[in-house]
Amino acid sequence: MRQGKWLLNGLLGAGLGVMLSGAVTGAMAQDEIKIGEINSYSLLPAFTEPYRKGWQLAVEEVNAAGGINGKKLVVISKDDAGKPAEAQTAATELVAKEGVAMLSGTFLSNIGLAVSDFAKQKKVFFLAAEPLTDAITWEKGNKYTFRLRPSNYMQAAMLVEEAAKLPAKKWATVAPNYEYGQSAVSVFKKLLSAKRPDIQWVDEQWPPLGKIDAGPVVQALANANPDAILNVEFGGDLVKFVREGNTRGLFKNREVVSFLTGEPEYLDALKDEAPTGWIVTGYPWYDIKTPEHAAFLKAYQDKYKDYPRLGSVVGYETIKAAAAILTKANSTDPEKLIAAAEGISLPSPFGEITFRKIDHQSTLGAFVGKTAVKDGKGVMVDSVYRKGSDYLPSDAEVEKLRPKD
Amino acid sequence: MAFYIVQFLTGLASAASLFLVASGLSIIFGVTRIVNFAHGAFYMLGAYLAYTLTERLSGALGFWGGIVAAALAVAAFGVLIEMILLRRIYRSPELFQLLATFGLTLMIEDIVVLIWGPDDLLGRRAPGFRGAVDFFGQQIPTYDLFLIVLSPIVLGLLWLLFRRTRWGVLVRAATQDRDMVAALGVNQKWLFTSVFALGVFLAALGGALQIPRDAANHAMDLNIIVDVFVVVVIGGLGSIIGAFVAAVLVSELNAFGILIFPKISIILVFLVMAVVLIVRPWGLFGKPEAPARKTPGLTVRPWRPLSGNERLAMIGVLVVAAALPLISGSYVLTVASEIAIFVIFAASLHFLMSVGGLASFGHAAYFGLGAYGVAFLAKMAGMPMIVCLLIGPLLGLLGAAVFGFFVVQLSGVYFAMLTLAFAQIVWSIAFQWVGVTGGDNGILGVWPAAWAGGAANFYWLSLGIAVLVVAALRIMVFSPFGYALRATRDSALRSEAIGIDGKRIQWTAFVIAGTAAGIGGALFAFLKGSVFPDSVGISLSVDALVMVLLGGVETVSGAIVGAIVYKALNIWLVSYTDFSKLVLGAVIVLIVVAMPKGIVGTIETLQTRRARPAKATILASQAETAE
Repeated sequence: MRQGKWLLNGLLGAGLGVMLSGAVTGAMAQDEIKIGEINSYSLLPAFTEPYRKGWQLAVEEVNAAGGINGKKLVVISKDDAGKPAEAQTAATELVAKEGVAMLSGTFLSNIGLAVSDFAKQKKVFFLAAEPLTDAITWEKGNKYTFRLRPSNYMQAAMLVEEAAKLPAKKWATVAPNYEYGQSAVSVFKKLLSAKRPDIQWVDEQWPPLGKIDAGPVVQALANANPDAILNVEFGGDLVKFVREGNTRGLFKNREVVSFLTGEPEYLDALKDEAPTGWIVTGYPWYDIKTPEHAAFLKAYQDKYKDYPRLGSVVGYETIKAAAAILTKANSTDPEKLIAAAEGISLPSPFGEITFRKIDHQSTLGAFVGKTAVKDGKGVMVDSVYRKGSDYLPSDAEVEKLRPKD
Repeated sequence: MAFYIVQFLTGLASAASLFLVASGLSIIFGVTRIVNFAHGAFYMLGAYLAYTLTERLSGALGFWGGIVAAALAVAAFGVLIEMILLRRIYRSPELFQLLATFGLTLMIEDIVVLIWGPDDLLGRRAPGFRGAVDFFGQQIPTYDLFLIVLSPIVLGLLWLLFRRTRWGVLVRAATQDRDMVAALGVNQKWLFTSVFALGVFLAALGGALQIPRDAANHAMDLNIIVDVFVVVVIGGLGSIIGAFVAAVLVSELNAFGILIFPKISIILVFLVMAVVLIVRPWGLFGKPEAPARKTPGLTVRPWRPLSGNERLAMIGVLVVAAALPLISGSYVLTVASEIAIFVIFAASLHFLMSVGGLASFGHAAYFGLGAYGVAFLAKMAGMPMIVCLLIGPLLGLLGAAVFGFFVVQLSGVYFAMLTLAFAQIVWSIAFQWVGVTGGDNGILGVWPAAWAGGAANFYWLSLGIAVLVVAALRIMVFSPFGYALRATRDSALRSEAIGIDGKRIQWTAFVIAGTAAGIGGALFAFLKGSVFPDSVGISLSVDALVMVLLGGVETVSGAIVGAIVYKALNIWLVSYTDFSKLVLGAVIVLIVVAMPKGIVGTIETLQTRRARPAKATILASQAETAE
């Protein structure tokens, strides 16, 4: 026991030494502005690697164009291992030790919320990149938190617009059993039922996230005999679901509306077994002809010899937005950053976006189209960009949803 | 009607993949008693390797050849691991091998991403089994039919192997009584190695056969490992037929369960396991474990309270620890607070494992209940922090009292798995009951009161509570209650004979450990300002186990060092390296090899040997005669 405690002491000492030396080298340089970035790099590399490439490209571009009012932009990036508690540790390190001007990033909704709550408590500016939950800007929104990616509600509204045009009357849903899946289904149901009161919801399946037992789920859906299916599965679960569904003929003569499936992250994994004719949100990088996107695509491909995923665009635009906010505020004071961010407009690969003053949501949109298979690969066709600003509820509704600061 | 038949067949196909992996685990555990946490990792390696091979080799022969070759290659890798790593630690304390295989799993997870990249890899469909057959308007994939036929064949082959070969006789003998087999002159080394190879082969084959249904991905291991353990335990450890029946049972209940309760999948296997273990404490086909021949207490240096000088030294250490805020900033203090909280958590599990001899795989349940207790009190009742800290852990106490009553009826791995089942039930309630717990979005805004809001104050608070909890646990170890608990651990029969009510003592110990964990959880909620279902999750339970084993299970307070080392290392690696799991896993494996009794255990052994060589020999010889 005694020896144990001596060891403890020695370890504490060693640990301290390391941390202190870190603190010295990490001292604020006057000609730098730091952003602290947190994401689930080790848990979700398929999504976060392209994301990292995206923001690294943005940092290069910002600094090549003169930085933030002449100061060099530095991004310090930390892994959260997919756990909210570790994200908080990383946030503390970035704020207390590295002295970053703002926090950004996060992928999973619960981690986004954890960091947003941290930001509120410690009064730090936080730009959430990817979490989709509506709560982060509405029910649990706070003045320090802004969000870039189109929310669950916005993507649901975009899909409902198309779904309402379908003749289908009997609908079934399948979604991973966690917050994102649950809220995607409930918003979609609510919006579609409002537009089409004649619709019946005949079945719902809730396989656990990452552990779908696809055969029984597909069979259960087929047994309900719906005219159309809403799918919220993604990643590995989507692969299993689509494969079983194809083999068992689930998608034959049925319409499918599907969240996120058009994103290269998910569609490419399906190769030639990608479903055809699904109505999806996504990112058809091969099909976007605007000059803003062409410039981004060229820069990205020149640097990485790879095509961008949606994560690349999100990472890129997160840092571009952060830089624009820092430049406009010309200060690292969180209150001034908030003032600068509210209502700021800036270009993006998808066209101009604005961070709304009312709920701190950006108006970045998404592409809606249909899936198809071309040259043995899944693609999106007939895709149209939907502006985020057109798919948000009225200001009066938002004000009711969001707590007063 | 046709639908129900097809749904039944679909369930059988799901059972087939589960059975292949589970049978391997069951064989390995039955013979070597290794809780092989890396079994999922071998399954994943099988899938990745099969993907690579089936993409390279063309034709039907290439596909099936690739599947088998992948399984064989992974089995060879398993042999290597067994010979290099596991052979060194068969004589270590119980469950220590879990630590080695845990480290291995961490390493393999990162290595897979390094070799095959982060993207999911979609393999070929099986030649000849691409389509589906029509059954009264329902489609049955031919590959499902293939799997349905394959698994009874594998079961039959294994049965023949175990019943009709000399090797099989030895394996069965070793499953029943491996000391006797060794005494009869069988070379255990090669028996263990060959069993391990067969088990890994089955795991990798199970993975490889997923190629036509799933995409190879780097989360496959963790997605299957717990379910497979559950299947093995439901079936009864070491029973292949049990594993088969359990796999079918679980898969069919899931296939039909989702028709009525679509959300049942998330918890189904654990519910089944809890029910089976309460009704049949050794699983469906298992036999009661033979009483342990070795008395665990005898291999250890006898425990004793700290001497006067040692107490002074402790106080010195504490003064140094308390002076930390004078020299460091708020980040270091936040990390130090977190470490102090995990010292509480690990010490509470250590109390149960070392003193009580009860290894819990679900200790996070009580940590998490303490955290949720605080969150409910703070957010719903608006209680001040002090009240929350005092009352919140009572939820952990309550949970431990209820679940403890059931779990102490069991022992060994069955005890461990029932604690896991209860922990998962708590987790799924936290996860699913969105209206109360917020689901996986958690409960936010549980920040400490102003007086404890500063990093230094919170650190002193955590440190103070950690010291109190650890001191209280130590006092209990050396109290009459502690002696009774140790007596029950060392010999249930003898302690019963002198009038100790073993179950009652163990139940009390379980409640004490659960309450202490709840205290840690309560502090954790305030440290993070929020509570998520994560804090009830399996990975946290595993973390606690790792901390205890790392420190040394045969020591009085080794978990403290284990917690500090593991937590500090983890936080530091996640922050400073891209491949934190690879490095952390490697460090754990190195510690396992270099310190087979855990950090504190090994240091104590060395010290004893150096200080009192004569006395130690006498002790050892006494121990031998006692056996």
